[in-house]
Amino acid sequence: MTYKFKLSKWQLFAWSTGLVLSAPLFFLLFESLQGNSEVFTHLWDTVLWDYISNTVLLILGVCALSSVIALPLGWLTAYCNFPGKKHFEWALMLPLAMPTYIIAYVYTDLLDYAGPVQITLREWFGWQSPSDYWFFDIRTLPGAIVMIALVLYPYLFLIFKTALREQSFKLVQASQLMGLSPTKSFFKVSLVLSRGSIVAALALISMETMADFATVSYFAVSTLTTAVYDTWFGYYSLTAAAKISGVMLLLLFLALMAERFSRRNQAVFERQSGVNSEALYILKGKSAWLATAFCGTVLLVSFVIPIAVLLNYAITYFEKAWSAEFFNYAWQSLKVAGVVSVITIALGVFVVFYQRIATQSYPLVPGRLASTGYALPGTVLAIAVLLPLTLLESSINNVLEPYNLDIGLLLTGSVFTIVIAYVVRFYAIAHGAIESSFVRISPSLDMASQSMGKSQGQTLRLVHLPLLRRGLLTAALLVFIECMKELPAALLLRPFNFESLATHVFQYVSDEQLELASISALSIVIVGFIPLYFINRSMEQHT
Amino acid sequence: MSSLILQGVSYHYNGTKVIENLDLTVGKDEIVCLLGASGCGKTTTLKAIAGLVEAKHGSVFIDGKLVSDESTFIAPEHRNIGMMFQDYALFPHLSVANNIAFGLGKMSQSEKQQRVDEMLQLVHLSGCADRFPHQLSGGQQQRVAIARALAYKPSLLLLDEPFSNIDTQVRFELIADIRRIIKAQQVSAVFVTHSKEEAFAFSDTLAIMDRGSIAQQGTPEQLFAAPRSKVVAEFLGQGIYLSAEALTATEYKTPFGTVESDMQTSCYPCSGELYVRPHQIELVQECQSDKLSKRATILSRRFIGSAYVYKVVIAEQTLEVEAQYGQSFEINEQVIIKIKPHTVNFFES
Repeated sequence: MTYKFKLSKWQLFAWSTGLVLSAPLFFLLFESLQGNSEVFTHLWDTVLWDYISNTVLLILGVCALSSVIALPLGWLTAYCNFPGKKHFEWALMLPLAMPTYIIAYVYTDLLDYAGPVQITLREWFGWQSPSDYWFFDIRTLPGAIVMIALVLYPYLFLIFKTALREQSFKLVQASQLMGLSPTKSFFKVSLVLSRGSIVAALALISMETMADFATVSYFAVSTLTTAVYDTWFGYYSLTAAAKISGVMLLLLFLALMAERFSRRNQAVFERQSGVNSEALYILKGKSAWLATAFCGTVLLVSFVIPIAVLLNYAITYFEKAWSAEFFNYAWQSLKVAGVVSVITIALGVFVVFYQRIATQSYPLVPGRLASTGYALPGTVLAIAVLLPLTLLESSINNVLEPYNLDIGLLLTGSVFTIVIAYVVRFYAIAHGAIESSFVRISPSLDMASQSMGKSQGQTLRLVHLPLLRRGLLTAALLVFIECMKELPAALLLRPFNFESLATHVFQYVSDEQLELASISALSIVIVGFIPLYFINRSMEQHT
Repeated sequence: MSSLILQGVSYHYNGTKVIENLDLTVGKDEIVCLLGASGCGKTTTLKAIAGLVEAKHGSVFIDGKLVSDESTFIAPEHRNIGMMFQDYALFPHLSVANNIAFGLGKMSQSEKQQRVDEMLQLVHLSGCADRFPHQLSGGQQQRVAIARALAYKPSLLLLDEPFSNIDTQVRFELIADIRRIIKAQQVSAVFVTHSKEEAFAFSDTLAIMDRGSIAQQGTPEQLFAAPRSKVVAEFLGQGIYLSAEALTATEYKTPFGTVESDMQTSCYPCSGELYVRPHQIELVQECQSDKLSKRATILSRRFIGSAYVYKVVIAEQTLEVEAQYGQSFEINEQVIIKIKPHTVNFFES
């Protein structure tokens, strides 16, 4: 009855989860700093610098283009009233649901020599061959920048819009009374005040850009992500892949630092007073239509055209795309996503519960550790997960050898690895969602339950879990969707008999036959709408 | 036997002393109120009693049983304590009946049902068993909370500012109601509040808390009449201090003339301060014959329903005086201040 450190079982569980889920990262760091690898030295002497400069250029380009698209959009929707504004506000987020390789494929198809655009131009102007005219080549680094920016700009749009909404209109109005035009006040007041949010959003976009594998691979632009993939499949050198991943970690670290740094002053500059719901400027006449046209064009290019083309494929090639293959791969994806959701939610509940009840020092550390995987690009994560698993596998085989037993590639050669990789990568999503529903439960409920004789475990079961039900469902759904969409890690880790919807679509993209996987592609996009719905809803509650 | 004894209890949080060497005793079936300004450690004391925080030093006994000291700590779930929270902490996913039954441990279904019915009857909510907390009014929720806290017959009931979310209109009705329920169940209780009106209405004895320990414990009348320290005096009434000298065992010299006390002091001659409350001061119409008394000027007046409160200035000191009903002075009028004979509160300096 008398005990002092009863919490230890929760503590043990939380710390184990944190350490196990962050183990791949530590293995990766260790491996990338260790010893020499001929393959890596060779790459270093030859192409690695090109890969690095391509990666950096890609990131800078995507950030720049995203800013050009998203900042005006954010300002227009936060401060102005113009025809269609209400619809644009949510519709402009839709491209987030679109995997980059799908949009890349669609535009390649449209803009290639054999595509409808060039054919039409040739018909109009009577050109005969490519030598008669110049047309840009989309399968280049600038092409990749445009494609990725079209999909990622919503992050900046969303974050910038929210930041503007939270700034007091009075500041802008004051600046105008002091003689600044709306444009000048945008640059001198709104932009400066929201720079913290902008940097944070750009850091996010940089991380996503760096993680992109499919577009650059399809466009044959060599970046660090493709290098990791090629090193693994070309040389089967885990050490070299780990070292390249190490270089990416460095870039990632820079992005994270920028994000942290930008948050320093955020609390001071922003959220000064409530949230603005009315518009500051009511656009009329030409400027109103210009605003509508700008929003419309972005939406058309980033979403309407690609989805229309996909729909067109799906209808035209319905017979071929609505195949047993589709159902088989959808089922495999569903199974993996389902298992991963259940595991991450279960782990998340216990770790967050530990945070809540912990009386020991550093209660947040296990959760932080466990969430590190989310920052890793898919290819890097895949390599990071392979490191400890191969080690484990070979040690098991060594132990079993005297008995003439062998588990072979039971771990790394099966779906098991993919499940582990997804759990490591998406735990953070579950953790975040569970944490935010947990804090909504008043701590006095815990105390009430305890004062009525219930232990902590009973309190979790009888009070927390019933109240968390909806939050857990949302968390599971978000993890589920990310699993359905995840491509690079699956490509790298999948055993030969495994195909997810995403790898299936990408396979057909690579083979220039997306038409045949158009229904799978559409399903991925549609599944991607679900988290947007949740984001939008939480933004609305926020405003 | 006392229901609760705290001996020298201390609790520190991040290096700050929240509770320091606190002693408190709650007799059988007694309702004790911990009264004090916010941040003085009231709620933490309550949590230390419940075991929701772990006291660093000192001992806690509930019904004579040691539940916490340096080497012992009994978890909250094993202390058999009922607790009522500021936000009531009703489980939103459970019906009223299930909320009340939550703490009923190993009982058969029919016994539980019977106990829930009894409790609902006690708090006059018999028809509400199947409703959910969000379907109840604030006062009803509170009565469910008290029913829930009492259902499993706790050794001690703790109440953490339970009336702060209730409209002033109905607050005192509810206080009387909850007091009736607690007395009917014959349970000892510790009640935390920062409002002395609530404390007077609800408790048998008051324990005034100041900076983490108990300044004085006693009945409201005792504390009001004979505060042992300035903190206690100030907390209970908005009086003023007058510099004073004890001339004899019953006479004090003040700037407003000599004040007579109906209690003898052993400390004279000595100087200090007299704590005088507004109702102990009298305003008298100026009359020409009284040339010796000092004159005060009326600065402002405020109507409080049963009387007027005047703000007057005398010898550069401003004070508030409550005048009886029917007595009326104009602003800027000159008046004479007299202090009625009473049991004085004299603090030696």
